[in-house]
Amino acid sequence: MKGLPPVLITAIVLVAGFAICAMQFPNIASTRVVGNLLTDNAFLGIVATGMTFVIISGGIDLSVGSVIGFTTVFVALAIERWGVPPLVAFMAILALSAAFGAAMGAVIHVFDLPPFIVTLAGMFLARGASFLLSTESVPITAPVYSTVSDFALRMPGGGRLTAIAIIMLVIVIGGALLLHLTRFGANVYALGGSRTTASLMGVAVGKMTIKIYMLSSLLAGIAGIVFSFYTSAGYSLSAVGVELDSIAAVVIGGTLLTGGQGSVIGTFLGVLIQGMIQTYINFDGTLSSWWTKIATGVLLFAFIALQQGLVALARRPVAKSAGAAS
Amino acid sequence: MENSLDPALPLLEVRGISKSFGAVRALQEVDFTLRAGEIHALLGENGAGKSTLIKVVTGVFARDAGIVRLGGEEVAPRSAKAALQAGIATVYQEVNLLPNLSVAQNLFLDRQPMRFGIVREGEMRRRAKALLADFGLDIDVAAPLGNYSVAIQHVTAIARAVDLSARVLILDEPTASLDRHEVEILFRIMRQLAKRGIGIVFVSHFLDQVYEISDRITVLRNGRLVGERETASLPRLELIRMMLGRELAETTSARAATREHQAREVCASFENYGKAGYVAPFSLELRHGEVVGLAGLLGSGRTETARLVFGAERADGGQARVEGAPVRLQSPRDGVRHGFGYCPEERKTDGIVAELSVRENIVLALQAKRGLHRPLSRREQDEIARRYVKMLDIRPPDPERPVGLLSGGNQQKVLLARWLATSPRLLVLDEPTRGIDVGAHAEIIRLIRELCDDGLALLVISSELDEIVTYSDRVVVLRDRAHIEELAGEAIDVGNILAAIAADGAAVALEAHT
Repeated sequence: MKGLPPVLITAIVLVAGFAICAMQFPNIASTRVVGNLLTDNAFLGIVATGMTFVIISGGIDLSVGSVIGFTTVFVALAIERWGVPPLVAFMAILALSAAFGAAMGAVIHVFDLPPFIVTLAGMFLARGASFLLSTESVPITAPVYSTVSDFALRMPGGGRLTAIAIIMLVIVIGGALLLHLTRFGANVYALGGSRTTASLMGVAVGKMTIKIYMLSSLLAGIAGIVFSFYTSAGYSLSAVGVELDSIAAVVIGGTLLTGGQGSVIGTFLGVLIQGMIQTYINFDGTLSSWWTKIATGVLLFAFIALQQGLVALARRPVAKSAGAAS
Repeated sequence: MENSLDPALPLLEVRGISKSFGAVRALQEVDFTLRAGEIHALLGENGAGKSTLIKVVTGVFARDAGIVRLGGEEVAPRSAKAALQAGIATVYQEVNLLPNLSVAQNLFLDRQPMRFGIVREGEMRRRAKALLADFGLDIDVAAPLGNYSVAIQHVTAIARAVDLSARVLILDEPTASLDRHEVEILFRIMRQLAKRGIGIVFVSHFLDQVYEISDRITVLRNGRLVGERETASLPRLELIRMMLGRELAETTSARAATREHQAREVCASFENYGKAGYVAPFSLELRHGEVVGLAGLLGSGRTETARLVFGAERADGGQARVEGAPVRLQSPRDGVRHGFGYCPEERKTDGIVAELSVRENIVLALQAKRGLHRPLSRREQDEIARRYVKMLDIRPPDPERPVGLLSGGNQQKVLLARWLATSPRLLVLDEPTRGIDVGAHAEIIRLIRELCDDGLALLVISSELDEIVTYSDRVVVLRDRAHIEELAGEAIDVGNILAAIAADGAAVALEAHT
């Protein structure tokens, strides 16, 4: 609603890009490819949903990639080495990551520190902790994993909507509802507008900050579990740089990096755009996969420039009336 | 709730409040009484203690001594939020709402109508619409608040405060950024609220407005209570005497002796200077030792003219000359290079650097002009700072104090000093007396005259026609972003300026800005 024009542009970019891809490789326009795209980017979609909340509230969370890495290692070791039932391992890691996020939020609020620094510390901490657990890739052979990996809804056209893709879609939809329809969501926007003002207007800024980072870390934990399903392994070096991919998805999705405006749906579209570029490169076969990064970088630039333009446009009438209030 | 209140019983009682900041005694045993249903003006010069009193009552500052009673019960809020819950709401000049949220969200933030954990957006909008309708506002409540004018944002803030069951509404300089029409809307709302039994504290520098709206007046001076009077029986001179603690004739209404008009040298001139959609092309001559006033309604193009003259905005046509030589003014840098100075209206955002000291603020423009490779030595800086602190009587006379801690009038003087330190030939002052109390007002006006006598050329914008009449040698009247008339000598009086502004289409201009 608030971020409609940028979201619309993101949607247009996605549709246009998809059309171009489909013209060159007609096979791309199949449920099979789309299903794979959703599966391949499931963890990114989940973590980017959390990042959307953080960024709209005026913060940033650099720790999510490390939390994913830690989660995969923790889950793999718990199931394979320590003999913990998978479900218990999942619950434990989710509780752990939620507590981790809450702690970061508390530090940010209580000591009035920049989220960038606090979550940067969190990023090193979580990554370091996962190395401490294990430096090698731990394969997961639990039956649950093959069951979940094999599960998929058949889509018309032969595509498979896998379990992890479904989890991602549910989280994206749930996130969108939470952000746009609840009091919590409204407070997230309020915090992004101005923390002081929000606090004067009665928003419990401290509690909100803690909850927002808790949500982000919790979703990173879920993304970690999903990632472990995706790779059937736990590895301390997995998901390096995912925090940046998810920030990119959020910004391409039309969320203002300075906070106060944005949407979960936009972020989802941003994830799809990144996935689409990856798919195109796979289809082409001759291009290096690093072209994904280059294309994402170019898009990111374009969107930031676009947002600045829109912000400038939005401010113009205000500036005029302020100037007129001479 | 209101019915149970005995009108004789005060709604808000403040007794013996004291507050010190270090060695500075900001408030000393101040009493203040607000009745239900009255509009009570709280007046005083800058630094008199109005803001401190408000902040103590609303729990922003902890008080050192004294009690506050609301409806007979003692209250001691420890935060603005707690004060709000107790029923004391404050609306500041800088509206404390969230421009990125919708009007409806702003009105109902943290208390939205809910069903099954979901905000009932439709219901919330309906209620927002109904609430604002009470205040005579019919706007799209789903649009972001930032899309609306300051006046509407003010009304929204008041509506929110009142809807939060406020019994006491404190309005701190609510009219400073509103035009006449908007002020009337605000006053209508204030009267309406007072009728409902809400006690309103009105802080303002505009004495006309105080007389128009308030029932009673409390005056503070230097942190002490001077007195509490009925507005109707308090002559204006007496009020000013209370505020200033000295007799001050209302000098600003009469034009100071018309000064002889010898042919002065032209300092800067502008021919057919203008920018499409900004200000229509104008011709203007600014002479040494002369004050040119810019008069007009809001949005008539006064600030726009000033920005073009200084180079803050690029002209798309016409010719500028400095001392007869053609020049190009493409950026504020160009303006500074040619010896221009500009004190913008928005002191806080465009002028002072609040965290830096008085000294650092004063030498800022001079240093910029010299270039970074020729730094001013600390001794030179101290010298300059001391000279201007003395010359302009900046108080407290401490060059190392962060400017943010100074009162508005003194901040304005620091800004003036900054430009004077560059020895400019032309100084542009946009609303130099805005938000400044009566005493500092007269002082700034005196300074303007003195600077002018020293040979400086001045271009001054002011909404207060009395003031313009007092110090201007010529007055340019603007309307609808065009210069429409230039008055000089005996022709300068409030009546003539008003006549020029009102000639026609003025009402349209006013409407366009509401």
